[in-house]
Amino acid sequence: MTGASSSSQTIRRVSPTDLGAEAANLLAAGYRLALAACHDDGDALRAVYLFAAGPPSRLVELHVPIDADRPHLPSLAEISFPAGRFEREMHDLFGVVPDNHPLPRRLVRHPNWPAGWYPMRHDAGPPPAFATTQEPYQFLHIDGPGVYEIPVGPVHAGLIEPGHFRFSVVGETILELEIRLWFVHRGIEKLFESRRPADGVALAERISGDTAVGHSLAYTQAIETALGITVSPRDGRLRAMLLELERIYNHVTDLGALANDVGYGVLNGHAQHIREQLLRLNHTVTGHRLLRGAITPGTTHLLQLPDPRQLRDVGADIAELAGLILANSTVCDRFARTARLTRTQAADLGCLGYVARASGQTADARHDHPTCDLEPEPVIHDSGDVLARFLVRRDEIAASVALVEEIIETAGMGDGPKDCRIVVDRGRRSGIGIVEGWRGTIVHRVEIADGTITRHKIVDPSWFNWPALPIALAETIVPDFPLTNKSFNLSYAGNDL
Amino acid sequence: MTLAGPVGAIAQTAVVALGAPALVGTMRQVRARLEGRAGPGVAQPYRDLRKLLGKQSLTPEGTTVVFAAAPAVIAAATLIIAAAIPLATTASPLDGGADLLAVVGLLLTGTVALVLAGLDTGTPFGGMGASRETTIAALVEPTVLLAVFALSIRAGSSNLAVIVADTARRPGHVLSPAGALAFAALVVVVIAETGRLPVDNPATHLELTMVHEAMVLEYSGPKLAVIEWGAAMRLTVLLGLLVNLFLPWGVAGSHSGPLAVVLGLGAVVAKVAVAGTALATGEVYLAKVRLFRVPELLAGSFLLGLLAVTASYFLASPTV
Repeated sequence: MTGASSSSQTIRRVSPTDLGAEAANLLAAGYRLALAACHDDGDALRAVYLFAAGPPSRLVELHVPIDADRPHLPSLAEISFPAGRFEREMHDLFGVVPDNHPLPRRLVRHPNWPAGWYPMRHDAGPPPAFATTQEPYQFLHIDGPGVYEIPVGPVHAGLIEPGHFRFSVVGETILELEIRLWFVHRGIEKLFESRRPADGVALAERISGDTAVGHSLAYTQAIETALGITVSPRDGRLRAMLLELERIYNHVTDLGALANDVGYGVLNGHAQHIREQLLRLNHTVTGHRLLRGAITPGTTHLLQLPDPRQLRDVGADIAELAGLILANSTVCDRFARTARLTRTQAADLGCLGYVARASGQTADARHDHPTCDLEPEPVIHDSGDVLARFLVRRDEIAASVALVEEIIETAGMGDGPKDCRIVVDRGRRSGIGIVEGWRGTIVHRVEIADGTITRHKIVDPSWFNWPALPIALAETIVPDFPLTNKSFNLSYAGNDL
Repeated sequence: MTLAGPVGAIAQTAVVALGAPALVGTMRQVRARLEGRAGPGVAQPYRDLRKLLGKQSLTPEGTTVVFAAAPAVIAAATLIIAAAIPLATTASPLDGGADLLAVVGLLLTGTVALVLAGLDTGTPFGGMGASRETTIAALVEPTVLLAVFALSIRAGSSNLAVIVADTARRPGHVLSPAGALAFAALVVVVIAETGRLPVDNPATHLELTMVHEAMVLEYSGPKLAVIEWGAAMRLTVLLGLLVNLFLPWGVAGSHSGPLAVVLGLGAVVAKVAVAGTALATGEVYLAKVRLFRVPELLAGSFLLGLLAVTASYFLASPTV
């Protein structure tokens, strides 16, 4: 059973002039903008807006034709914050100009990228020479007595990815944080083009290293919907299990890292120990510590089911670990009331995953867009601080362990992996995959023509959550930034494709 | 004065200078083992110093003599303290300088040198660390003064050697309320002064949370080696002073022979090792407090010092 069969999906062609009204209606009806992407159809450009709501799962695609000679679109930034960012991305990669955009500057392309070269266009050709010096990036400058700036990155201490953080600070209090990302654009979406559907899984697994299952499953579901492939209920459940195994090992890493960032190293050591046990368990399940190689279009290959007893022990260890962390009053003091993101802020920014659920939002694709018959209830905390993000992770681990145990019990031996032949026809097809990865809802949308992928759009939850970090940090003190950043734990790679 | 005084002073300075990295190594190793890690071994700080000393000396553009001189100032100030204070012997020829106020002043000299060096780099991290260090130092130094003053009232002198000799003669005094309060206050300020949990996290790589480390981010090579060595000696000296103020057994007196000095050295090494191990063990169970809570912690310790002084006036006077 795939997402397509249990959800309603409509595709509407909309003229640019009607786009604003249509989008406003959908947003008012409780839909969220899940994806927006431009497509190069050769003689014309086309924007696709995917609106999603659930439960029950409802998907609406708006297809907007764009004149290739005069590529303009009416901006939706006034009614949807995420739309404004998608539009800036469309401009940088396709050269589509959003009319009346409140912040029409570059987002994905840094200033040293050649002007007028739009890499996602089919006729873009090889990249021209990049400028060696770049015009200075205009950070928001705050003047005032005692206000100073702290620039951090893009090269950081420790093994993390590149991002520049510009703090405007008075004393120790953060007035403003501006984050600059997109230092390592890899052209992943372009790499999917002209691949055959089965050949994209390995690439999808490598979009963001810690979300191998999330992205490969979203990719696979998109392919399956496009090609009309159905998956057996057992395989669907095994996929749900893999997704939860990925969630458990990543969440427990974060629990330890949060303790480490307040100097409580002994429990980080404990968390690393648990993580290693989980990675070894993953290795027995799929043959890969990060769970790669199990999911392919049409089927799910496992070497063996995880040992339920071992998993239960690990679950108990994690519960004990979380209890020990919170038993330290200093740690609680550091977590509680630090970097609060209110429910309204989370909703306005379109936050996803544990960030949204720690601010009282119910966003959870397992619930809103279910792909198997097991639907865990979303774990919600509503204080919106570091503590809430910690507690959401802790409770989700417990829920995931219970869910995996249930799947192992009911999975039985099954009929083993079956070969799935992908039947390719000459037609044009499109498909959507929506998955609740451990960071939040991942959306992939694929278009296939003549058996090869013509466009693949990836939306990682970090794309929605990065703008929430500076908002949550208002009035927070500088030494609490690393802790807050860890509590969000956003992906650079998933954001910068 | 016998020859034992100068010999003792030289010997205790040499032991501090050569042994300080071992203390840091021991504390890291204790912590690693308690956290379930193998740890790099007690000798790792020596290997780090050898590595750093073998590197090219770099000076950041735009820095002045303040930046270049700070490591030497810190190391020199700490070495003078090591020679003057009663670690192995109370008969140091620098005894006249081992006055409470002078020692606190020397400690502050090192702090100020590092703060100025942090500012001299002109980087935001240097300034940020300097600002935090100054906030902490402004609260720490008065507490050191007060807490030791509480002990000096009994001895009738602010000379550290006299205080230690007095305590050695009448050990029951440290069990008094004044002694207990002064001890608690001093433990807190030693932790703050040496940049350890819960005030500062010496093991972090997160620049934005650093205090001491933020000021030394621009140092590299031999200069960094001297800073690290100076910080290790500072920790050693402060722990040595702490243990000898309250447990002065084994410290050679002014009329002792060379054997007593050797015994004194052995005693202080053992006491400092135990104190360091205890500090490292305690750190395992601590998390770093929010920066804005550090003044509360230090204010609490200042209050303890104040109470210690008050108590030594009101409770200890009949026995004098």
